[in-house]
This record gives sequence, C-alpha cells and structure tokens, in this order.
Amino acid sequence: MLKLIVCLKQVPIVTELPWDEQAGTLRRDLASGMMNLACLHALEAALQIKEQYSADILAITMGPPAAEEVLREAIALGADRGIHLCDRIFAGSDTYATSWMLARTIKQECPDYDLILCGSYTSDSETAQVGPQLAEELDLPAAAYIEKLEIHGRTLRVRRLVDNFRETLEMEFPALVTVSLENYKPRYAGLSGLEAAFDTGNIDRLNAADVGINKSAIETDGSRTKVRKVFLRKANKENILLTGTAANVVGDFLSKYESKISWAIGKDIEEDRNDE
Amino acid sequence: MMNSRQKSIWVFGDYRNYFQNRVTLQLISRAVDLSRIISAEVCAVILGHEIDEYIMEYTAHGADRIIAVDDPVLKNYNTELYVTLMEALVKERDPDIVLIGATDFGREFAPRMAKRLKTGLSADCVGLDVEADGLLIQTAPSFGGNMLAEIVTSRHRPQMATIRPGTFKEIPHNYERRSLVEKLPLMKNLPRPRIRLVEYERSVEKEHTIENAAVIVCGGRGMGNKKKFKKLNDLAKLLNGDVGATRPVVYAGWADHDALVGQAGKHIKPKILFSFGISGAIQHTAGLGEADFIIAVNKNPQATMMKMADVAIVGDTSDVLHTLIKELRKRIRD
Ligand SMILES: Cc1cc2nc3c(=O)[nH]c(=O)nc-3n(C[C@H](O)[C@H](O)[C@H](O)COP(=O)(O)OP(=O)(O)OC[C@H]3O[C@@H](n4cnc5c(N)ncnc54)[C@H](O)[C@@H]3O)c2cc1C
Ligand SMILES: Cc1cc2nc3c(=O)[nH]c(=O)nc-3n(C[C@H](O)[C@H](O)[C@H](O)COP(=O)(O)OP(=O)(O)OC[C@H]3O[C@@H](n4cnc5c(N)ncnc54)[C@H](O)[C@@H]3O)c2cc1C
Repeated sequence: MLKLIVCLKQVPIVTELPWDEQAGTLRRDLASGMMNLACLHALEAALQIKEQYSADILAITMGPPAAEEVLREAIALGADRGIHLCDRIFAGSDTYATSWMLARTIKQECPDYDLILCGSYTSDSETAQVGPQLAEELDLPAAAYIEKLEIHGRTLRVRRLVDNFRETLEMEFPALVTVSLENYKPRYAGLSGLEAAFDTGNIDRLNAADVGINKSAIETDGSRTKVRKVFLRKANKENILLTGTAANVVGDFLSKYESKISWAIGKDIEEDRNDE
Repeated sequence: MMNSRQKSIWVFGDYRNYFQNRVTLQLISRAVDLSRIISAEVCAVILGHEIDEYIMEYTAHGADRIIAVDDPVLKNYNTELYVTLMEALVKERDPDIVLIGATDFGREFAPRMAKRLKTGLSADCVGLDVEADGLLIQTAPSFGGNMLAEIVTSRHRPQMATIRPGTFKEIPHNYERRSLVEKLPLMKNLPRPRIRLVEYERSVEKEHTIENAAVIVCGGRGMGNKKKFKKLNDLAKLLNGDVGATRPVVYAGWADHDALVGQAGKHIKPKILFSFGISGAIQHTAGLGEADFIIAVNKNPQATMMKMADVAIVGDTSDVLHTLIKELRKRIRD
C-alpha cells in the first residue's frame, strides 16, 4: 500500500480580497478562502494513484482555523485523513519556515510516506518555493511542475516541460513532486460529499507544541525573509484619455507609442510617407 | 593597510537556451548598477561543460569575475549537483547577494539552494534595489500580479532572489572587456544524483501560448458579435500576438475557452495589452495584473478598464479596430 501525502493551502478568493486603502495592506483576515488551484491538481494526481494502486492519502495544511475547510474538501474528494497545523506563532511564516514546519509534522506523523505531492504554486504569494524547500528539508529527490506521473514498483517516472525542454525523469521512492496545472484536471465534490466530510472525525488539529516547535526554535529555524510592504501595482499609471474620430485617435496613439509597440513585437514601425 | 572584505554580488550563469534566454545578462547588468552603490564586485558563476563561450559573453556584458566549473559531469542541468556545488562555493567565498534567473530551472533550483544555505529567497522578482548598508530590496508580484511586495532578508546571508526574465536591460557587449576568470576543478565526493534524466528533447509545442505572449488583444462583449470579434485576430496577427476574451464572450462562443482571461482563466503578462469593449470586472482584471502597458477601447470613458489603462481610447470598438489595423498595415515593416 502506497502512502501519499498531499500538501494543501487555502488562499483568498480574489473577488473578495479586501484592500485597506488607508493602511495599504491586505485585510487577509477578512477574505474568505478556497483551496489553491494547483493544490487541487496535486490532490487529483494523488486520487488517480489511489484509483490505480492501493494507496492511503494524508492531506496536510498549515493555516488559520478556517483552513480546515480544505481538508474537509480533500476528504470529500477521497483523501483518507487530514492534519491541520494551526497555531498563532505560525502566522507570517515565509517559505523557509513553512517548509520546515511541514517537514517536522511529516517526520513526526507520517515518516513512512512514499510520495509527497504539492501544487506547483499558489495564487496568493505565488513563490513556488515550498515544494522544493520541503524536499530539501526532508532530503528527497524531487521534480517540479510535473504533468504526468507513473509508478513502476518503487520507481517514480515523471514527465514535465521546463524551459522548453520536454523531460522524462526517474527517481526512487520516497520522493516529492509539485504538480502543474497542465494535467490532472480536478474533480469536484458534490454537496453531499462535502456534508458527509463535515461529520467525519478524520482531521487532527496540531499546534506548535504538538510538533515540538517553540519560540526559540522559531528564532533559529523560522523565517528568513520579511515582507516589508505590500502595495497596489498600478498606483502610478498615466492614464491618458484619447477622444475624437477613429482616424484621429489612432493617429495620435501611433505617433506617441509606435516605438513601444515596435519594441514589443520586434519589428520596425514607420510613419507612412504616402499619407502626408 | 585596511583590509575590509570585498563585497560581492553573484549572478548564477543560466545559459541554457542562451539566445532566447537573456536573463543572466540582464542580471549582470542590474548587479553592475547595484555594485556601484555598495562598492561590490560582480561575479558570474558558471557550472557546466564546454562553457568558454559563456565566460566570454558574461565578461563582455559586465562581469568583473567569473567562477567556472567545467566538467562533463555537469553537461546537463542537474538540481542536486548544482545545489551541492553552489553550497560549497558560497560557503567558501561568502557573497552578499546571489541573483538567479526565474526560469523554470532557476525556480526549482534556487529554493533548494537557499534552504541548504539556511537563508531567505524571494521569488520571481520584478525589481531590485539596494540600500547603502547592503540590504537588498526585492520586489515581487503577488495576487495575480495585482500587488507588489517588498521583501528583505535582513539577518541571513547571502541574500537570494530569483528574477523574472525581461525585468532588466542587458548592457551591450564589449568584447574588449576583461574579467578575472577562475576555473575550478569539480569537487571531490559529489553525491550520486538520485534523479535520472531518462529522456529529453527541445519542445516547440508550448513556446507560444497566451501566457507568454508579448502582445495580447483581448475582446469583450463590446465587440458586438462573433464576426466583429474575429477581426481581433487580424490585429493580433499583425502584432505577433494572441487573442484573449472575457467570460461572456467565451460563453457566447465567439472565442475558445483557452482564450479566457481572468480569475477563471489565464493570468497573462504581455508587454502590451489591447482591451476592446471590456468593462473591467474584477474577475477579468484579476488575470491582467502583470500586463505592462494597457490600451483600452470603450465607448464609455468611465468603464473600470478605461481607468486602469495607460491609454484609454474613447470610441466604437469596430471603428477603432478597423482604423488601427489599416494604419499598422501601412507602417509595419517586416
Ligand atoms: C505578498 C507576499 C509575498 C511573499 N513573498 C515571499 C517570498 O518572496 N519569499 C518567501 O520565502 N516567502 C514569501 N511570502 C511568504 C509565503 O507566502 C508563505 O511562506 C506561504 O506560507 C507559502 O508560500 P506560497 O503561498 O508562495 O507557496 P508556494 O510555494 O507557491 O506553494 C506551493 C505548494 O506548496 C504547498 N504549500 C504552500 N503553503 C502551504 C501551507 N501553508 N500548508 C500546506 N501546504 C502548503 C502547497 O502544496 C502549494 O501548492 C510572501 C507572502 C506574501 C503575503
Ligand atoms: C465566479 C465568477 C468568475 C468569473 N471569472 C471570469 C473570468 O475569469 N474572466 C472574465 O472575463 N470574466 C469572469 N467573470 C465574469 C465577469 O464578472 C464579467 O461579467 C465579465 O468579465 C464582463 O465581460 P465584458 O467586459 O466582456 O462585458 P461587459 O461587462 O458587458 O462589458 C462590455 C463593455 O463594452 C463596452 N461597449 C459595448 N459596446 C461597445 C462598442 N460598440 N464600442 C465600444 N465599447 C463598447 C461597454 O461600455 C462595456 O464597458 C466571472 C464571474 C464570476 C461570477
């Protein structure tokens, strides 16, 4: 029986992302969450392995109390159990710390895993760093952005497209992969499945002490980076308004910006002399 | 004599796909800017086999020093070997900053390297600055590119970042330039790689997708009907670009689902985005955060899309489109 671990993250739903104009920060505390898309693809890959071979799927998430929802969703879809790592002192962890905390939990709760599946990246901070760093922390062979995987005995074979190279890689279990959005289109849980998952007791909530993490450990093994400031990207746009006949606005536009367009398309654009 | 330690900024030499992938040259250029502020040297590190060409190129584009490990074992990129080699080099030389291109390889390799060195890493940066005391300010996009975050690694060294290709401009080459070239032997006792590259081939299939198109022409309900919408293809073709669409348009069958841009579709990052007849609902603009330069065409100057644009053209979509295509046909020289 294969032991699979899927790492899932809850991310804010973008339409509801409340932005505090005054403070210039995100009110992430107010946003409601959903399972990150790439995590759903990772889960789908695990579910397909489970359908083909016999496998046990453990879903792990680290996040605030509401993040438990992603574990319920995972169980509704076919995961066997969930671990919710939840503690105020985890808040604000960077990928260095997140991968360390996930690794501690995995070493303690499920050390005999065969394969860990992560999403390739999240839709909020999008670093794509947690998977590779978790692999480093656990000293595992790993491949990022995989599109397809096959298992032959204890050998994992994956296909992926990186920097325009189509690669096939092989490694032995235990291993880690991050799953891209190319394949493994996620299935959706019916309402009844979600309701059933709501009643199951297959979710353990662990706090920092449960996995042997305290303040002084966080001092040494915790975050390396700090987000100093978050700001809206388009704050200083020019926003030029052009009005008039189509001929006029297009003429205006091209005379101001043709060098920009020419740079983007890599071709020369020239004022047409016959026109004058 | 004062023997203050020479600061140094390292750039990882990512030379695969050399002619398309200019990110290493772009990073050398930025490193040169930053090095002036903190009086550092710029060093390019190249791991590979038969790499003299890159030693020459990185020197010509601004590197002061080159550290090169040239060995047949390094013929193909290999995350595990590269991490081990970089770990050893960094521990020996102690650079202040290490910059790595945010190619697929860079984004897989850099996190492991940072973890091994117990230091921080910021991802896919679109801006880099340095303060006089040497603190690197790393600006990275988040939330579909709609927001930017300033990230610092204050207490650990080296400060590491991956940087999106195209963020900086390379310095034009000067083959008269000289650098200090150090060719180092391959370390002994390298671990046996656990990952086997069974097969690889250069792929063409995904080189052109809407996600990496430099120009995108997006159309919305304001195109009026399918036939008029299809005219967007002509503009896209002229500009070597792709066509994108809003959800109502995809639902109406004017465009394929692959063209959907937004929360439920693709996140795009073109250098130039044309937006025709699109109101600018947040579910759509969630996918546009990384468009550099936006031109919106709408009959309603108050539309959100018009407010977001760099250039907002008030007018009828078909009129403007038709005129624009006609003018560009006259002016573009292949
Ligand atoms: C605006 C902003 C910018 C940031 N920039 C940086 C930065 O440059 N460097 C840095 O080190 N940190 C950064 N962080 C912190 C980072 O967001 C957190 O460390 C976060 O917990 C994980 O990063 P991610 O969302 O980018 O995950 P990714 O690495 O993109 O996630 C990939 C996969 O890892 C797994 N995973 C990630 N998080 C969890 C989790 N909490 N529980 C279970 N599985 C998980 C999932 O399978 C996921 O699909 C930033 C945070 C913010 C808000
Ligand atoms: C959960 C959810 C997810 C969604 N995800 C997405 C997504 O991923 N992508 C997406 O695009 N949408 C998405 N939507 C839909 C989104 O909310 C908007 O409805 C949609 O983006 C609007 O498309 P539009 O701008 O083409 O149409 P409209 O909002 O109808 O705007 C048409 C615009 O064209 C202008 N116009 C009309 N006629 C002319 C003319 N002749 N000349 C010039 N201008 C003209 C109008 O002034 C108007 O501004 C989602 C919605 C939900 C609820």
